[in-house]
Amino acid sequence: MLDKNGIAKRIAREVQDGYYVNLGIGIPTLVANYIPEGMHVVLQSENGILGMGPFPVEGTEDADLINAGKQTVTLLPGSSIFDSAMSFGMIRSQKVNLTILGAMEVSEFGDIANWKIPGKMVKGMGGAMDLVASAKNIIVAMQHVNKAGESKLLPKCELPITGLRCVKKIVTELAVLDVLPQGGFKLLERAPGVSVEQIVKATAGKLIVEGDIPEMVL
Amino acid sequence: MINRSVKNAEEAIAGITDNMTLLVGGFGLCGIPENCINALVQSGVKGLTCISNNAGVDDFGLGLLLQNKQIKKMISSYVGENAEFERQMLSGELEVELIPQGTLATRALAAGYGMPVIYTPAGVGTEVAAGKEVRNFNGKDYLMEYAFDADFAIVKAWKGDTTGNLVFRHTARNFNPLMAMAGKITIAEVEELVEPGQLDPDHIHTPGIYVHRIFKGQVFEKRIEQRTVIKR
Repeated sequence: MLDKNGIAKRIAREVQDGYYVNLGIGIPTLVANYIPEGMHVVLQSENGILGMGPFPVEGTEDADLINAGKQTVTLLPGSSIFDSAMSFGMIRSQKVNLTILGAMEVSEFGDIANWKIPGKMVKGMGGAMDLVASAKNIIVAMQHVNKAGESKLLPKCELPITGLRCVKKIVTELAVLDVLPQGGFKLLERAPGVSVEQIVKATAGKLIVEGDIPEMVL
Repeated sequence: MINRSVKNAEEAIAGITDNMTLLVGGFGLCGIPENCINALVQSGVKGLTCISNNAGVDDFGLGLLLQNKQIKKMISSYVGENAEFERQMLSGELEVELIPQGTLATRALAAGYGMPVIYTPAGVGTEVAAGKEVRNFNGKDYLMEYAFDADFAIVKAWKGDTTGNLVFRHTARNFNPLMAMAGKITIAEVEELVEPGQLDPDHIHTPGIYVHRIFKGQVFEKRIEQRTVIKR
């Protein structure tokens, strides 16, 4: 079973040289720590940065320089700054190659719910609806089951939808799965020490298991 | 030479009266027009509709207007960091319309570009789409969203000149140039106000034609919401 850093490490293997990548808040942010040295990847932050760098060294933080999670960050050589309309313009026109974000639920058709729990959490969708409606490649980083032990990979989302038929791949503490266009979670890899039976038990939506499922290489 | 400078925040917000709609620049607490907000708190104006990505925190930014019950309705994309906001929303005192961040930005852009509507895929198939026109272009569904129609815009820039030209700094740019373009009357507060000719015309982010009143802010607290640093 993977911890949060393990999930981030596995997702980092999906990133390719030359990619522009938008990382959501939480586990996706950790992916930046595992991008191999020598690979040229540009991080986009939807409040208006291309070429976002790591957190600043104590004492050099700047109130005018934050990421979409409102954390202080830095700029790397070659970075650029732009307004919020252009930021979502480059997302909408699919110039950003990969979006990695968290989710509360994903359906077997790739629908995603991650912005609202009626009566409980009403913080707003921020940029999530724009990202999922436009990105050509969306990977979800999340736990396979929720705190109550219920599967988050469902036949149909029960929480309010963020976007329809958009998630392509899911990486959880248990598995890597593709979401097939015709519907269904295709099991690709098991996390170290996790059995196919454990994944079957934790998946409420249609799970497709074909042949031997290899263990992840991290 | 057109001179759009005014003395201070109090003078700048003249004409903002009860029940008006305001566009407010900023993302989180970054690049918010804190001097104008403080002046609005002092003025006691009520029943405002504020279009702003976020709603500040309890004791800073738009949170101050919320505490004072001066805001009737918020149109935002994310309002997570504000306990008073949540309380007023759940009790029904505050009307809230949550819209996607890119939709918010582009509805302001459309207003500034003189276009009545935009079509965006954000929100298709979600509760955001309720009651909205959906059109299919090239096999994909899009929602029709209207350009914002607001009385005033209040924005914050780094530098400006007395003709209203603005330059922003780092991610404090965010929604500011968009809100500036979208206001019928736009008020800009700047950290540094200079004479015409002192800003390079090639480096202007917002041309002064969009800015009707400009002043040097008295105080910029520039609070940081999440100070994340690497230890020395």
